[in-house]
Amino acid sequence: MKHVSRILSTYSADTFGVCSALYELGGMIVIHDPSGCNSTYTTHDEPRWFAEPSQIFVSALTEQDAILGNDSRLITDITAAAKELQPRFICLIPSQIAHMIATDCRAICRILEKKTGIPAFTLPTNSMHYYERGIFFALQKLAEITCQALPESAAPTHLPEAKWLSEEELHKLRQKKGKALRVNVLGATPLDFAMNGSIDSMRHWLEARGCHLASCWAMGSDLDTILASHEADLDLVLSYGGLGAARVLRERAGIPYRIGIPFPHCASARGDAACPPEGPAYIIGETVFAESLSRALEAAIGLPFTAIVPMETDDELLLPGTLCLTDEDELSPVLREAALIIADPLYQPICPAGAAFLSLPHIAFSGRLYEEHIPNLIEADCFADFTKKILGKFQQNRV
Amino acid sequence: MLKRISPLPGPLPESAVCVPIGRAGFPAPFPHGLEYSPPCRGTWNIVHTGMLIPEAHQIFICAAGCLRGVVLTAAEMGLMERFSSIELRESDLTGRDNEQLILAGVADILAHLPEKPRAVLLFPACVHHFLGCNLRYVYRELRRRHPGIDFAECFMDPIRQTRHLTPEERLRRAIGRLLPELPKKKQASFFGNNLRAPAEHDATRLLRENGWAVRDMADCASYDEFRELGASSLQLYTNPFSLPAVRDLRERLQQDYFYLPQVWDEDAIERLLMQLAERLGAKAPDCTEARQRAEQALGEAQDLIGQTPIAIDLTFTFRPLSLACLLLRHGFHVTKIYADAISPEEEADFRDLQEHHDDIELWPTKAPLLRELSRPVHAEGAPACLSLGQKAAFFQNTPHFVNMVEGGGRWGFSAIEALAHDMIAAYRTPKDIEANVRRKGLGGPSLL
Repeated sequence: MKHVSRILSTYSADTFGVCSALYELGGMIVIHDPSGCNSTYTTHDEPRWFAEPSQIFVSALTEQDAILGNDSRLITDITAAAKELQPRFICLIPSQIAHMIATDCRAICRILEKKTGIPAFTLPTNSMHYYERGIFFALQKLAEITCQALPESAAPTHLPEAKWLSEEELHKLRQKKGKALRVNVLGATPLDFAMNGSIDSMRHWLEARGCHLASCWAMGSDLDTILASHEADLDLVLSYGGLGAARVLRERAGIPYRIGIPFPHCASARGDAACPPEGPAYIIGETVFAESLSRALEAAIGLPFTAIVPMETDDELLLPGTLCLTDEDELSPVLREAALIIADPLYQPICPAGAAFLSLPHIAFSGRLYEEHIPNLIEADCFADFTKKILGKFQQNRV
Repeated sequence: MLKRISPLPGPLPESAVCVPIGRAGFPAPFPHGLEYSPPCRGTWNIVHTGMLIPEAHQIFICAAGCLRGVVLTAAEMGLMERFSSIELRESDLTGRDNEQLILAGVADILAHLPEKPRAVLLFPACVHHFLGCNLRYVYRELRRRHPGIDFAECFMDPIRQTRHLTPEERLRRAIGRLLPELPKKKQASFFGNNLRAPAEHDATRLLRENGWAVRDMADCASYDEFRELGASSLQLYTNPFSLPAVRDLRERLQQDYFYLPQVWDEDAIERLLMQLAERLGAKAPDCTEARQRAEQALGEAQDLIGQTPIAIDLTFTFRPLSLACLLLRHGFHVTKIYADAISPEEEADFRDLQEHHDDIELWPTKAPLLRELSRPVHAEGAPACLSLGQKAAFFQNTPHFVNMVEGGGRWGFSAIEALAHDMIAAYRTPKDIEANVRRKGLGGPSLL
């Protein structure tokens, strides 16, 4: 039955995606919710919470205030905290109840701006969507702010085509430019990339190809760097969460974008997989991650892999053959035919015993539970180990 | 454009957040406001408590954001096979018969479980109040359609917790309602505590010495064993969230109840043991030896710890002010108490501290400013501070702390004695703060 999970976990929510995307930017983020959201996010979905301060709070909405529509307490509380903490901006995001009673968060933000002098905005969250949508809205909003000061005339008349990342094309672009390409990386949060060095690896990967990481939205770059990033030459979309920002930057600042994560592309393990498995090989995960990994593994092993995307996505990102399956009931019959499944360990209970299972933890699904075991597959050594494990699984299954 | 319109804020003074207890209001010393969540996770939540009921299955019906915390609690406990969910989506708020969604969802889950559970703990959420969901009908139908399964009417509705039963109180009452009426035995049970009462528990010893069988809701190996709590003549509770449950059990099953508040006062402990003995029809216990052992242990701890500042937080024990009074009476130097509110049960201790130790700092744990307040840096050498509880340890940034929640399930003179030993150990041996405070439901199963 749709909506029902007998044993599966759930993906992180849109509100938490917003928090994760804006975490390092010096703003104050207030989840308008009774209780528990803040603790859930900071326990399971935010590996930076212990060591790196950020202003993420919950409004502690009460039944009485919800029923009577009393927003004045919320305004007073945010104003008081903002005056003390002086954040760069205030972001108010509704959770389920605030959404349901149609709290006018835009009006509240206008009042907050007047009372505090601090820019305030809201995003259309409701805790009933998954995290990628929250990242999408948050980064799209940042892109709008980034382009706010650009004159209308800066907008291109012809929109460059969006394509998947290709090393050859990047090389050509670099040569055409004649100097280092300035690249914005869009859609990076610990929910998809953990704290395992992936972003540093991305930087090294770009630098090795004559590019310069102008900004990373939003891990490791501060707000001022991001606000200046409309001068970049290229945007690299790492997840669905970065797509909205990429579109805004393309339409307003004329920056073209490419899609994909630069996993190593090598054919080193092809010979080892001479005998194809009896059934499909699936990778379950975020759209760009799962598809990029599928392509990289196909190149490395010489066998087809199919991405399964169980969360919000966009047609523009979907490669032919990618499956969009969300519920346990939709996933189970497909997985029943699989020879290999690469997914977060919390998917294993619905995977058939006959299929090989290779664990690839994903913070957005299992939270912090397996975070220490998330490999940084952008690094060649790590990727090679991973392909060896896949081949080992295939061989085990044949035996 | 997001331009900074004011100078960078300087470091916050501590006085912006804390208040000397002498000037603190009662029972709410701090204004209501936005809430911060410190990264200390040892406390138990409703999923942890629900998992204490063997062979029971939990089903939560809520949005992804609410679901995330509870499903990952079950995952971190390694008990996902006892947890299911029905996830609410946007269209369910307007275009869905939510009663039928619950009925169909529960039926689907039960049909796919490898074994039929003995009980189902069903948790609708805040949104079901606002939707006017007819839960009476839902439970009536569930019982009709699934005979042989006991349904517990739980709730995860934090939006109502300031004016109604909290989810924790309601859960315990719902668990109590799973107990059948059985012929009463000379048996007492601990009801509603998350942590198992240790063998040396003073009340347990008194009961056993007088021929009473003792059971514990937190220590049942099977559902049948849990149901045996229905044969108890007396329910004992220490967790204040259990009161609605034991009241309900008295009404429904005529089970007497007795409150063992987690007091840290020798006279109060002795009084409670006398009252319990009277209730049991037993001889008054001689507490001299237990009391001496506790005093001696505290003396040894004091000799070592001396005037090292001590910070206590509200998660360490249900009675942090009582504990502060005990330590002060024995010459310890309590300087900080972290408590967002004062329990009405602790008013006497609060007034006592106001009168005799008015400079103790009272700190909140949820105030937004705490997020930006720098945590102290300690030089190497003798501990600069000893903390009792995870939040006190985090805010004081001290590796010298006793890592415990809810008093560790202990009670009485034996609890004081054990605490003194723990304080000595914590003073002597530092701990990694982050590694020790991240685990949820301290004392329960965890894969972390």
